[in-house]
Amino acid sequence: MPADLTKADPAVPDRTKAGTPRKDAARQAFAGVEAVPGSAKPDPILVVDGVTRRFGGLTAVDVAHVEVQRGSITALIGPNGAGKSTFFNLLTGFDKPDVGTWTFNGASLSGVPSHKVARRGMVRTFQLTKALSRLTVMQNMLLGATGQKGENFLRAIFPMTWRAQEKANTLRAEELLVRFRLDAKRNDFAGTMSGGQRKLLEMARALMVGPEMVMLDEPMAGVNPALTQSLLTHVKSLREEGMTVLFVEHDMDMVRDISDWVLVMAQGKVIAEGPPEQIMANEAVIDAYLGGHHDAPLQDEEQAAPR
Amino acid sequence: MDWSLIFSNALAAMVGLETVVFALAAIGLNVHFGYTGLLNFGQAAFLAVAGYGLAISVANFGFSTGAGVVIGLTGAVVLALLLGAPTLRLRADYLAIVTIAAAEIVRLVFRSVSLAEYTGGSDGQGRFSEGFYSINPIAIGRYGLGPLDFDERQTWVLSVGWTLVGLSCLLVFLLMRSPWGRVLKAIREDEDAVRSLGKNVYFYKLQSLVLGGVLGCLAGFMTAWGNTVVQPDNFSTETTFYAYTIVILGGAARVLGPVVGAAIFWVLLSLTDNILNQAKNAGYISDAILTGFQVGQVRLMLVGLGLMLLMIFRPQGLLGDRRELALDAR
Ligand SMILES: Nc1ncnc2c1ncn2[C@@H]1O[C@H](COP(=O)(O)OP(=O)(O)OP(=O)(O)O)[C@@H](O)[C@H]1O
Ligand SMILES: [Mg+2]
Repeated sequence: MPADLTKADPAVPDRTKAGTPRKDAARQAFAGVEAVPGSAKPDPILVVDGVTRRFGGLTAVDVAHVEVQRGSITALIGPNGAGKSTFFNLLTGFDKPDVGTWTFNGASLSGVPSHKVARRGMVRTFQLTKALSRLTVMQNMLLGATGQKGENFLRAIFPMTWRAQEKANTLRAEELLVRFRLDAKRNDFAGTMSGGQRKLLEMARALMVGPEMVMLDEPMAGVNPALTQSLLTHVKSLREEGMTVLFVEHDMDMVRDISDWVLVMAQGKVIAEGPPEQIMANEAVIDAYLGGHHDAPLQDEEQAAPR
Repeated sequence: MDWSLIFSNALAAMVGLETVVFALAAIGLNVHFGYTGLLNFGQAAFLAVAGYGLAISVANFGFSTGAGVVIGLTGAVVLALLLGAPTLRLRADYLAIVTIAAAEIVRLVFRSVSLAEYTGGSDGQGRFSEGFYSINPIAIGRYGLGPLDFDERQTWVLSVGWTLVGLSCLLVFLLMRSPWGRVLKAIREDEDAVRSLGKNVYFYKLQSLVLGGVLGCLAGFMTAWGNTVVQPDNFSTETTFYAYTIVILGGAARVLGPVVGAAIFWVLLSLTDNILNQAKNAGYISDAILTGFQVGQVRLMLVGLGLMLLMIFRPQGLLGDRRELALDAR
């Protein structure tokens, strides 16, 4: 998709002009939001308060206050070991914080087990992909569907009670597989797929749950540039469908390209947040994360003033 | 050497009581280990609880056979819940430790002198199988096919046993191609992925443990009726390990794997036993090489060697799929 490739080029200055309705809406929602850590959003879907997680002497996560705007794409960036994945684990019930509360759609999620978090509409993927190897790609997808009659022990024995639903789910899975260009692989074992394909499968599978909010932990890591483009398109299309996206990513071009808002974590704390352009220029962020080589202008300065 | 006797004995072993019992025990274990990835090292306990539940309730408390069966089944369900409830939230190895210990506890309790009034101690409990044989519809006589030859009691036991094996396989087949079975297989692959998709993994693991335990307890009933006595040493850890061998031999996560595995396992034991004994009696093997007492041990060694060769040349088991196994290495 050549059109997309030019779009991702950081040299193209103002991409907001070519925005979609949802993108404009998301951008507008952030218009009055102050770019300081913990700022209030007009319509937050997720509100986190005082969440702390320690591993022995190490404080991996210590987030005072964070809100995620509904219907936006929010990026979570930060150096290795900043606590991003741990934060995801805490929010989705895969780990328990030492203290802290958080609400999703206004309802508290503290202490809610992970499967119930998913059922409430917050679905996550993992940094280390979890493809179900000895299930086929299609079976992986079907597993994501919710409210399946055939997952009840007694009904399972009588296929007529669940066959129609299974058919409908298969159709939906098929559509998603086409979208993620995995349809040719539908009957292969997931274990035979490459790392990047597994990332795609995991994302498609998460969408089978029909979430309100998806949390993607490094969805683009290990995915080739051409595929990255199509992944980016998918992530943007999630927003178009009204979903909220929170994703962890190390590639700044990508963050700049698709996110409406950026959260920066370092040593467990949210040290900055704001629109992508502003974050890239933020001193604290550059010190903690980006270093001196993240951007062309900085490199020019360095070259201009050699030591 | 009498080869026709050797082969007719092997054929009898193929359809015999042991094959039935171990097929049932392994079908249950296949649900645990093959499909769900649960490490249950105490399958023998499910057999024991069912066998003794039936025997004690009929022999000591005068219950009917049907009521005894219900009590045995209930015992198996309760045991599964007791073992699973505290451990299935933890890492996989906790279930392994708890089940292996629980199986020994169960066996030693049934063996203990203080309960001998009910259990018969190490001699075991008889006096409970009349009810089962009194409903035998098969007329007195001898029945068989080719070299197989059974009396009406054996025929009755084996008919019931193979019917149970057939029904268990059908149940497993229906369940494992349903969305319910898909969740179990997914749990075997990666629990956290399944959780992240909104499934209550703990509850499914508990269901799997109960289902496999109940299937295994059918083996307990068949041992009890087939031998007309339950003895604690029928339910040693060896039983569990034979069942594991059978699951792997037949091919884990295959509906018919445990049945094929059990048949081959007991045929191998029968063949080696008969061949060695006959060779010994015919004087082909001198006492200097092998005494009569050692035959029993050597045949187990030979079976072990056979299993090792099978694992080397067909690691996926007889009915397994090599493609699936190759995925583990990634
Ligand atoms: N289970 C654990 N036990 C002990 N320490 C842990 C554990 N999990 C994470 N940590 C520590 O917590 C810190 C945060 O880890 P985390 O995985 O959240 O980082 P991250 O921001 O996701 O990094 P990356 O960008 O490399 O994925 C690290 O210092 C890590 O060593
Ligand atoms: Mg991480």
